Amino acid sequence: MAPALCCNCKTERALIKRPKNHAKLCKACFITIFEDEVHHTINSSQLFHPGEKVAIGASGGKDSTVLASVLKTLNERHGYGLELVLLSIDEGIKGYRDDSLETVKRNAVQYDMPLKVVGYDELYGWTMDQVVETIGKKGNCTYCGVFRRQALDRGAKMLGIKHVVTGHNADDVAETVLMNLLRGDLARLSRSTSIVTGDSRSEVKRSKPLKYSYEKEIVLYAHHKKLDYFSTECIYSPEAFRGSARGLIKQLERVRPTAILDIVRSGEDMARLVPGESPSSCACKGQKSAVVPSLEDDIGGCASQNGRTPGGEMAAMDKQLRENETHEAVEVDVARAISENKAGGEKEKALPIRSSHGTSRGPTRQVLGNCKRCGYMSSQEICQACMLLEGLNKNRAQIQI
Amino acid sequence: MADASESATIPITVDFSGGLEMLFDNKRRHSISLPATDVGGKPANIAFLIDHLCRNLMKDPRAELFVFDGHIRPGILVLVNDADWELEGEEAYEIQPRDNILFVSTLHGG
Repeated sequence: MAPALCCNCKTERALIKRPKNHAKLCKACFITIFEDEVHHTINSSQLFHPGEKVAIGASGGKDSTVLASVLKTLNERHGYGLELVLLSIDEGIKGYRDDSLETVKRNAVQYDMPLKVVGYDELYGWTMDQVVETIGKKGNCTYCGVFRRQALDRGAKMLGIKHVVTGHNADDVAETVLMNLLRGDLARLSRSTSIVTGDSRSEVKRSKPLKYSYEKEIVLYAHHKKLDYFSTECIYSPEAFRGSARGLIKQLERVRPTAILDIVRSGEDMARLVPGESPSSCACKGQKSAVVPSLEDDIGGCASQNGRTPGGEMAAMDKQLRENETHEAVEVDVARAISENKAGGEKEKALPIRSSHGTSRGPTRQVLGNCKRCGYMSSQEICQACMLLEGLNKNRAQIQI
Repeated sequence: MADASESATIPITVDFSGGLEMLFDNKRRHSISLPATDVGGKPANIAFLIDHLCRNLMKDPRAELFVFDGHIRPGILVLVNDADWELEGEEAYEIQPRDNILFVSTLHGG
């Protein structure tokens, strides 16, 4: 097979085939286009303002390493005027976090960014090793997820920073959309698609600039730019449910690479139907992006995997997808009819939302307050972290007696 | 006298990254001699290489982390001399002497 040429510069040999549009690109064009697209997302969603201090949630893994590298590049190239800091969480898991923290320390030198490491032990008085010693491996991911969510915010506050960016990519968002769809939790689904989370009441804003970037391209970007990252797997039980959603996404991508961004877009479209929620898609029309309260979503958002689904289901889904394609012409007409209807002044109606417990108690809009113990944003009197800590501390007391 | 092509091998390097190293002796780079043809006498391609790696090089019993339904597990990228294997014919690509084949997992966290 003769080597294909880059469809952009038409001179160099193509090394990358993009999942989103099958474009064949050489290394240099791929790197430029990948960065340009992240810049476009940042611009159109108005993620940053000049002089802003931004903490990058850094694990030493591929996503956060690429995020740090790209943000440094774009900050310099386009004069964002950002002050970038690496913020790492040490869960206190021996033999798991040690090596990746070493990677983050090297990244801090490579990217010339200050690094702050906050540990579960200093924040909560418990390391994950101690948690697992007390409660066993089963269910430990819940503790870790709840603790991590607050830890990034608390670390940012210690630094006087009001904006944390994370390396969540399109595959992660698609996976979360799918999980919430399978759970029937449309309220959470709508929040998970938003590029910015955290509202005016929460002191720290969260955003995911790589929301539209394929995991495949993130790994290829890291590979071709020879970035220093660390891959690891948590030594405690990986979360099975998220794992199957992940496996399904990857198999879908094999059959139909555009599926990942299509799921992200479907999630955004569904979010618009949820009453009281109006997350942004890529806000190309120039409106200010909507900010959605995040609460304590992404529980167990560690990238654990090992999910598998029988091949038969995938074949059926593939067949379905192909059938859908043949129906596309019809759908276009429907879409046009709807948009004409809207232009005619008819108001967009929100669908009634069923709660995940099957009762019809209407939209599941949560009311935000603050935890009475720690002051962290919470929809309950006592936040999840404090509830979990209470249980843990009781156990410790018993053990000590 | 045996046919020379029967025992002929192709020298290549195979790299593992993104967490796949752990399945292959925790080593990133392996220099191997790949039989030039499969049992049916067809020139060695990537499908044959994957099978060969599972049988001969993998030190870990968890082959399902590398292959799925007889093919490379979805979520693992394959690069042939730094090019996405989708540009090179995927499993059907015929391996050439001194090729570098990289398997990189996108499935592992940070």
